[in-house]
Amino acid sequence: MKETFLLDGSTIPFEPGQTVMQAALAAGHYIPHLCYHPEFKPHGSCKLCTVKINGRTVASCTMPAEAGLQVESGIEELNALRRSLVQMLFAEGNHFCPSCEKSGNCVLQALGYDLEVHATGFRHLYPDRPLDASHPDILLDFNRCILCELCVRASSEVDGKNVFALSGRGITKHLIVNAESGKLSDTNISLTDKAMQVCPVGVILPKRVGFSVPIGERRYDQRPISAQALDDAPRQIHTSGSCSTCEDAP
Amino acid sequence: MSKKLRVATTSLAGCFGCHMSILDIDERLFPLLELIEFDRSPLTDIKHCGPCDIGLVEGGVCNAENVHVLHEFRKNCKILIAIGACAINGGLPAQRNHLDLGSCLTEVYLTEPGLLHGHIPNDPELPLPLDKVHPLHEVVKIDYFIPGCPPSADAIWKFLTDLIAGKTPELGHGLIKYD
Repeated sequence: MKETFLLDGSTIPFEPGQTVMQAALAAGHYIPHLCYHPEFKPHGSCKLCTVKINGRTVASCTMPAEAGLQVESGIEELNALRRSLVQMLFAEGNHFCPSCEKSGNCVLQALGYDLEVHATGFRHLYPDRPLDASHPDILLDFNRCILCELCVRASSEVDGKNVFALSGRGITKHLIVNAESGKLSDTNISLTDKAMQVCPVGVILPKRVGFSVPIGERRYDQRPISAQALDDAPRQIHTSGSCSTCEDAP
Repeated sequence: MSKKLRVATTSLAGCFGCHMSILDIDERLFPLLELIEFDRSPLTDIKHCGPCDIGLVEGGVCNAENVHVLHEFRKNCKILIAIGACAINGGLPAQRNHLDLGSCLTEVYLTEPGLLHGHIPNDPELPLPLDKVHPLHEVVKIDYFIPGCPPSADAIWKFLTDLIAGKTPELGHGLIKYD
């Protein structure tokens, strides 16, 4: 018989080696998350997936599942903290949804919707980070980066190219392109790379396809991210490398 | 029936898109007008706000007049609602916030190609621009926020009818939008 733990009162079975997040998603229970991606090693940086285990707050994406854990996730105390995290990410970048072609497909925005974040609350930084439009097929808008490192992980772990990295510390931390010129056109990135498919926000964008799917008919226009993430989770755990599986899925 | 709620509306650094969306509730305006009456609003052309139950403010704060109007609304409205992206986070006008105001004015009125006798407008009737565009909540206390650019008529309808019914307004999937 499989070992189990409790998540908000529900019994969650798990395989040895699974994290709380992996076991929860596989069992059909959604825990909000942003930097976690089923195909990559957990990063534990965004803290959206924070849960309470035996009274302590931990990131569920990095916490190994153990028999008998009592995990709380869907409580107002944690959702209030998650709202503040989303608000801070919005305030720190320049997330101007009405002009962003990622709108409707954006994970940060979808989390805001799902958590009922109506206002940003914090003073906006309105950063001015120059775009990189040097590549013929790809645009980079650094103003929207949330430092989740998914592109960094995808480029090094899957594509074997190491195109992206984070540089600096604290408030000056930022995404950079690994080229002497710092320009994307001087790397060997291509449109079919995994790094092109994982950006949760509107930083890494393929050119000339921005509005091929109209606003209102996009991924999170159809269903909230809490429902969408459960559809994606079990399948994505077993895929790696190519994203054709997810693109073909309903 | 009890006394109608008095509602004031205004557009500060906005495009009147949110007001168009208010009008877009279409025939539901009739049942709404059974419950509310408008005070200061572009719909009534009343110039100053009297005591109101609800104030709806579209647009952020980009000049000195915006500050005065917003204070007038806060002073007179029991519940003040920021409606739309610009009121909530500055929106499109705030996209100038990382630029120097002087250089913006110089480029638009003096150095832009095609200007013959350009000068920066300085009529005393014109309100002075602020160096940055501010969301409403940085200037006064805001009680509720209806996001969207603009919020849909359905979102505005749901929010107002919840509020008038004495419930905590909720939007939910499909009605809460930032774009």
